[in-house]
Amino acid sequence: MVLETLTAALATGAVRVVDLTQTLTEDFPTIVLPPEFGASAPVRIERISRYDAAGPAWYWNNLSFGEHTGTHFDAPAHWFTGRDIPRGTVDTLPPEHMVAPAVVIDCSAASATDDDHLLTRVALEAWEAEHGRIPAGAWVLMRSDWSQRRGAAYANLRADGAHTPGPDAEAMRWLVHDRGILGFGTETIGTDAGQGGDFTPPYPAHHYLHGAGRYGLQCLTNLHLVPPTGAVLLAAPLKVHEGSGSPLRVLALVPGA
Amino acid sequence: MRIKKNPVLRTRRPLLPPGARSRAAHLLAAAAGQGRFDLPCCTGCGRFAWPMPELCAACLSEVALKPAPTGATVISATTAEVPADSYFRERAPWRVGLVQMDCGPQAVVHLGPDCAPGDKVALSLMLDRAGQAVLFAAKKGQAMTADPQWHEMTANPRDRRVLITDARHVAALPLACALAKAGAAAILVGVPEDWKPLPTREAFAAIPGVSLLPLDVISDRSVEDLARDIGGKVEILINTADLPRPGGLGAPAAAAEARQAMEVVAFGLMRLARVFGPAMAGRGADGDKGAVAWVNVASVFGRVHAPGLAGYGAAHAAALAYGQALRADLAQGGVRLMTVLSGPTEDDWFQTFPQPKVGGSALANAIVSGLMKGLEEVVVGDLARDLLDRLAENPKAVERELAQGRF
Repeated sequence: MVLETLTAALATGAVRVVDLTQTLTEDFPTIVLPPEFGASAPVRIERISRYDAAGPAWYWNNLSFGEHTGTHFDAPAHWFTGRDIPRGTVDTLPPEHMVAPAVVIDCSAASATDDDHLLTRVALEAWEAEHGRIPAGAWVLMRSDWSQRRGAAYANLRADGAHTPGPDAEAMRWLVHDRGILGFGTETIGTDAGQGGDFTPPYPAHHYLHGAGRYGLQCLTNLHLVPPTGAVLLAAPLKVHEGSGSPLRVLALVPGA
Repeated sequence: MRIKKNPVLRTRRPLLPPGARSRAAHLLAAAAGQGRFDLPCCTGCGRFAWPMPELCAACLSEVALKPAPTGATVISATTAEVPADSYFRERAPWRVGLVQMDCGPQAVVHLGPDCAPGDKVALSLMLDRAGQAVLFAAKKGQAMTADPQWHEMTANPRDRRVLITDARHVAALPLACALAKAGAAAILVGVPEDWKPLPTREAFAAIPGVSLLPLDVISDRSVEDLARDIGGKVEILINTADLPRPGGLGAPAAAAEARQAMEVVAFGLMRLARVFGPAMAGRGADGDKGAVAWVNVASVFGRVHAPGLAGYGAAHAAALAYGQALRADLAQGGVRLMTVLSGPTEDDWFQTFPQPKVGGSALANAIVSGLMKGLEEVVVGDLARDLLDRLAENPKAVERELAQGRF
């Protein structure tokens, strides 16, 4: 009955589907670590055939990419704090977690003027005062409109590292431990701020989320089309054996106009 | 000054000078390709010979190449106004001469300007457009760059458009400077991962004629897109794409780094070769500023295998193998492939390697000099030269020394 209502709502436009996924392209920036560490392979699309001598009637490609490229999902096992979490890899994580409510915190105005804008607990509490308590088991998506940038402006690398907005440590601790969120999503390359390596603890989004068995989504787009509350997120990573994450298609079900 | 192409005229198809040689004569091609003036010399009686004999004509002993004096005297000089061979007819008038070498033999040679019977000349062993060794005679100290015959056997960057594939290579910036100084018409420089900062961006922009273009040699799409834009406008391609990642088989992330090195160094070359190779080979005779040379900047560790550079060396060894295939393709258009074998360079990845290392400027100057001389193989750096000498002399000893970390 509920599903029939849903499909009817989708058919009438009472519920719309918003694609929150960046196109997987070869020149999309990936996370940059000091090069003495292992580096993620970028996305590569190599043609096998396209109605040519290598395959006269068919078109197909070979794909290769690291687990953490494009719009992608971070499983608990991605970070050392989540290494002992049961079902902490993408092949074992509970499928019911792949469909969950989502709230959107709009940080776009502050991010437009400050590349290093930090989402704080104070800002989250102010958001709750307006929109109500963040529900347990929900995705919290940080809208920065960063996805409207391209190339170098998107990566925003300087000599002292990346400068991109993200949450501060207390905001992440509070969301995970006091609100019991399912996961945290951003439009930037990581769930953490570009300078998050200098926070305490370093990379607090990774630290707190994965340590508590929660998830990360990054390189999202179209968050401006998702309302602050009331959306449902479909985020199902590829079922990679013992995978720490994967590129994926993220869809939001939102109320129609 | 580069003259624009007349779009109404058909692009001249590349013809080559006669390329048939005896098997033994290919020894001369190796010497010419490296810029050495070595001539056949009898191992028994010590007489020099020309052309390359199978055995010594005087004593029937074996013949081997040996460094020879370059001096000679012109006996006769001729200008061929209407040569029978199509390649030379297109380029006529063409000067040839007969010279008496100071070391003994007489030879028919390509002759520089203003050489008359009785003149003292210096001989060079050059590679012609067919890739075969020929003798070229010119007056000592004479500037040859303006001579059309010399021009035909070299790869002068003047008025030519050059593509450097990787702006992040330690030699890329000095190379762009050296090419600008040499009079290149345009210097196009590929920037891999254009979304990352390029610290030398402003320095490149300050060089006249330089344009920076996005180019990731690990991407089919990136390479093909660039070739669609400029494939028909590159006369010299210098592939500097590299990924130095020292480390042995057991190093952390060895497999991932070896794969990445292979993607950049070997498959990157393959991707470039597949689209730029045919375009350049087809323009080998496109006027006097047609496509002329492809340069692969390689590591000497692709030929001398060091256990501490396992993945990196394997990638460069693979690139050298691909290079042989590319050379065969380019040769059909008379376009030369020059391999530059460098020792460890002055960059962060070879920081802990012992001196002497190769600076970017030294590498750049060696590349431009090699082009001006029309070479096929250039070795840069004392360590690279020493390693190759030792490899030729006693390969097993080099293997053992490198296994112990002794370079």
